[in-house]
Amino acid sequence: MSFEILDTRELNSENTWMKIKAPLIAERCKAGQFVIIRANEKGERIPLTIANWDKEEGSFEVVFQKVGASTLELGTYKKGDLLLDVVGPLGIPTHTEGAGNTVVIGGGLGIAIATPVARAYKEAGNKVHVIIGARTKELLFNIEILESFADGLTICTDDGSFGIKGFVTQPLQEMIDKGEKIDTVFCVGPPIMMKFISKITEKHGIHTVASLNTIMLDGTGMCGACRVTVGDEIKFVCVDGPDFDAHLVDWDEMMARTQAYREEEKIALEHYHKCRAEKALEEQNAQENK
Amino acid sequence: MGSEAKKSRGRKPLVRTRLPMATQRPEDRVKNFNEVPYGYNEAEAVLESQRCLQCRNAPCVKGCPVEVPIPQFIKLVQEGKFVEAAEVIKTKNSLPAITGRVCPQELQCEARCVMGRRYQPVSIGNLERFVADYAREHGEALPELPEPTGKKVAVVGAGPAGLTCAGDLALLGHEVTVFEALHAPGGVLIYGIPEFRLPKDIVRYETNYLKKLGVKIIPNFIIGKNKTVKELLNEFDAVFIGTGAGSPRLLKIPGINLVNVYSANEYLTRVNLLKGYLFPEYKTPVKKGKTVITIGAGNVAMDAARTAKRLGAENSIIVYRRSKKECPARVEEVHHAEEEGIDFRFLTNPIRIIGDENGRVKALECLRYKLGEPDETGRAKPIPIEGSEHIIECDVVIIAIGNNPNPIIPQTTPDLETSKWGTIITNSKTGETSLQRVYAGGDIATGAATVIAAMGAGKIAAKSIHKQLMGHEIDEEEHNLEVGKCDS
Ligand SMILES: Cc1cc2nc3c(=O)[nH]c(=O)nc-3n(C[C@H](O)[C@H](O)[C@H](O)COP(=O)(O)OP(=O)(O)OC[C@H]3O[C@@H](n4cnc5c(N)ncnc54)[C@H](O)[C@@H]3O)c2cc1C
Ligand SMILES: Cc1cc2nc3c(=O)[nH]c(=O)nc-3n(C[C@H](O)[C@H](O)[C@H](O)COP(=O)(O)OP(=O)(O)OC[C@H]3O[C@@H](n4cnc5c(N)ncnc54)[C@H](O)[C@@H]3O)c2cc1C
Ligand code: SF4
Ligand code: FES
Repeated sequence: MSFEILDTRELNSENTWMKIKAPLIAERCKAGQFVIIRANEKGERIPLTIANWDKEEGSFEVVFQKVGASTLELGTYKKGDLLLDVVGPLGIPTHTEGAGNTVVIGGGLGIAIATPVARAYKEAGNKVHVIIGARTKELLFNIEILESFADGLTICTDDGSFGIKGFVTQPLQEMIDKGEKIDTVFCVGPPIMMKFISKITEKHGIHTVASLNTIMLDGTGMCGACRVTVGDEIKFVCVDGPDFDAHLVDWDEMMARTQAYREEEKIALEHYHKCRAEKALEEQNAQENK
Repeated sequence: MGSEAKKSRGRKPLVRTRLPMATQRPEDRVKNFNEVPYGYNEAEAVLESQRCLQCRNAPCVKGCPVEVPIPQFIKLVQEGKFVEAAEVIKTKNSLPAITGRVCPQELQCEARCVMGRRYQPVSIGNLERFVADYAREHGEALPELPEPTGKKVAVVGAGPAGLTCAGDLALLGHEVTVFEALHAPGGVLIYGIPEFRLPKDIVRYETNYLKKLGVKIIPNFIIGKNKTVKELLNEFDAVFIGTGAGSPRLLKIPGINLVNVYSANEYLTRVNLLKGYLFPEYKTPVKKGKTVITIGAGNVAMDAARTAKRLGAENSIIVYRRSKKECPARVEEVHHAEEEGIDFRFLTNPIRIIGDENGRVKALECLRYKLGEPDETGRAKPIPIEGSEHIIECDVVIIAIGNNPNPIIPQTTPDLETSKWGTIITNSKTGETSLQRVYAGGDIATGAATVIAAMGAGKIAAKSIHKQLMGHEIDEEEHNLEVGKCDS
C-alpha cells in the first residue's frame, strides 16, 4: 500500500507544503493530530502534524521544515510520487470546547501546526487571537489564511523585517499587561519558546496548552521514545498528547531528549549529501555518454 | 528410567548426548547480525532423530502447548521424509520455522522427553527447525482451499496470535483481513526478536504464505484510531484481537528519562524493524555506546544486550536482581550471551541513573543483593545488602523488565471487560470476550508470554469463530497452553 503525493509547493527556503492522498486519514482527522510518514524502505518514521485536510478529495496536507536528512529527502518528493507508509491520525485532538478567549501562538514551523488548531478553537465558538513569529520575513506563511478567520493576528520577526521586531512572547506579555482577558493560551514551536511562554502565563495563572514535538518511533505507545515528565507522571506524547498542560511539562528534560541524536543527525546529513552528490554525478555522466 | 527407554535399549544403542547445532564462532558473530546457529544438515537431522524412542504415550506432546505430534514427525525424519514431517507439524503449528527457533523447549516438550530422565532429551526444537527450513527451501505445496463461506473476519494485530488465527480461518474458507498498526506484519517477531536469532526473511516468508492463502494484510492501520472494534463489527462477522503486550514497563528510579535510557522495545525496534544497524544507509539512528547496561534477564534483555555488543559496545552488561538460576530467558540465549562475552552482574539491582550536564546517561548506581527465603513465586527472594551501593559507568541504559498490555483497544472499546492488569478477559478455552462476536488471545489476554502460547490462543479462537460463523455451538477446547509459561 502506498500513498500518492497530489501536490507540493515550496513555501520558502526552509519549509515545504505537501498534499497526500489518504481518504481514511482525511475522513477521521481533527485539529492537533499528526501522521507518521516513512517515505521509502530505508526511511525514518517522521512524525508530521496534519496542517489541513479535505474529506471530499480524501487528502490531507503537511508542512515540514527541512532540518535534517529525513526531511530534506522528503522535500525531494514531487507530485505523483508515492510514499511507502503513512499512518494516522495519531494523538488526541486538541481540546477546544469552552476555551474562552484564546491566544494561539505558533513559532517558526509551528505556524503550520497552529493554523488548523486556531481554526478549530474558532469553530468551537471561542474568540481567537493568533500570534505568529519567525526568524525573518521570508519564513512567514499562512498569513492570509489566518487573517480569514482569526479575531486578531499579530506577527513578529526576530530581525524586524516584518511586523513587530522580537519574539512571540513580547505581544503576549503586552496583551497581559494591557489587562486583556485571556482564558487559554495554546502554543507550538521550538521548545525554548514554549518554555518561555509557559513561564509568563504561569505567573498570571493562565491555562496554557503546549503541543510537544518529541522524538518518536512507532507513534502507538509501544516504545517510550516520546516520553516526557508532566507533573510527577511520565507521559507518552504520541498517545497521551501531543497537547499537555505547559505549566506541568519538565521543559529542560524535554529539550535534552530532543537533542538525543545530535551526533547521528550530523552523520546522517553528511551521508545524505554524499549520496545526492554521487547521484548527480552519475546522472551527469549518463547524460554525457548519451 | 522409564520403561520405554529400557525396552528399546535392546533394539539399538542409545546415543546419550544430543547432537549440537553448528554455530558461528562467538568472536565472529558479535561482529555481524547473521543468525547464530547454522541448523542441522540432512545427515545430522536423521542422526539426531534416531535418538527418539517413539514412546507410545509421548510425554513430550503433553509438554507442548499446541500438542505437535512429536514422535510422528520425528519418525518421518528418521525415514528422510522431511517435507512430510513438516506437514505433520503444520497440522498443529503453522509457524514451525519460527517456534523451532524461539520456543523455550527446555521447559516444554524437551523437559518431558523420556530420554532426558537419564540422558539428554531429544533435540526436538532443532529437528522442528530443520524440517520447517527444509520444507520452505524445497517448495511447499499450497493446501487446497475449500469453497469460500462468504463469512468475513477481522483480525487486529499481526503478531503470532493474529497471524495464526488468520491462517486457520483462511484454511476454513473464510475471508480474513488483518489490520496492523506498524508498517510491517509480524508483531514481536519483526520488531523485537533480532535478526541473529530469527531472520526476518523467515517472518516475511510466513506472512507471504498467508497472503497466498487469501489473507489480506493491511499495515499502517490502527484499530481504535482508524476504525473502532465496534465499526469492525458492522463490516465483519467476527473480530479477533491479538494486539499483544507492547507497552514498555519502565523502572521507577531517578534518571529514567535521561537521554540514552531506552526501553528494550525502542532499542530493538530501532535496530530490527528500522534496521538501525545499517545506519546511515537506513536513516533511523541508534546510540552505539561504549558501555551498555541492560536491566533484566529475560529473552528481551538477552536480545538487547547481544544487540548492543553487535553494534560495537566494548562492554555489554546485564544487571539482574536474582541469580543465574532464575533467569527467565531461554537457556540457549543465556548460553549464547555468555559465549559472546556479555558481562552478567547477578544479584544486583539499579537504584538510580546518573546523568551529565547535558542530561545524558553517565553511570548507573546499583545495590548488591543476597538470596533469602523463597517468595510467593517459589523463587528465593533477593534481599538488598546494606551499604553495597556501587557505581557502574556507562553511556546507554536499556530497561528490559517486561511489557504491559497494549491499551489502545481497551481504551476505545467500551464494554470490553479487562482485568486490573489491563489484559482483555477471555474464556481461555474458547477465546470469547465479554463482547459478542469479539475474541482475543495472545499477550493481550495473558500478559507477556510466549510465541507458541500466542499461536495456541489464535488457533483456539479460530475454532470458536468458525463454529460461530457456521452456526454451531461453541464448545470449550482443553489445552496445554499454560505449559512452560515463562516471563520474557
Ligand atoms: C507530534 C509531532 C508533530 C510534528 N509536526 C511537524 C510538522 O508539522 N512539521 C515539521 O516540520 N516537523 C514536525 N515535527 C518534527 C519533525 O518530526 C522532525 O523535524 C523531523 O523528524 C526531523 O527529521 P530529520 O531527519 O529531517 O532531522 P534530524 O536530523 O533528525 O534533526 C535535525 C534538527 O532538528 C531537530 N529536531 C529533530 N527532531 C525534532 C523534533 N521532533 N522537534 C523539533 N526539532 C527536532 C534536531 O534537534 C536537529 O537540530 C513533529 C514532531 C512531532 C513529534
Ligand atoms: C524482544 C523479545 C524477545 C522475545 N523472545 C521470545 C522467545 O525467544 N520465545 C518466545 O516464545 N517468546 C518470546 N517473546 C515473547 C513473544 O514474542 C510474545 O509473547 C508474542 O509475540 C505474543 O504474540 P501476540 O501475537 O500476542 O502479540 P505481538 O507479537 O505483540 O503482536 C501484536 C501486534 O499487534 C499490533 N497492534 C497493537 N495494537 C494494535 C491496534 N490497535 N491496531 C492494530 N494493530 C495493533 C502490534 O503492532 C503488533 O504487531 C519475546 C518478546 C520480546 C519483546
Ligand atoms: S521426543 Fe522424547 S518423549 Fe517424545 S517420543 Fe521421542 S523420546 Fe519419547
Ligand atoms: S513514539 Fe513510541 S511510544 Fe510514543
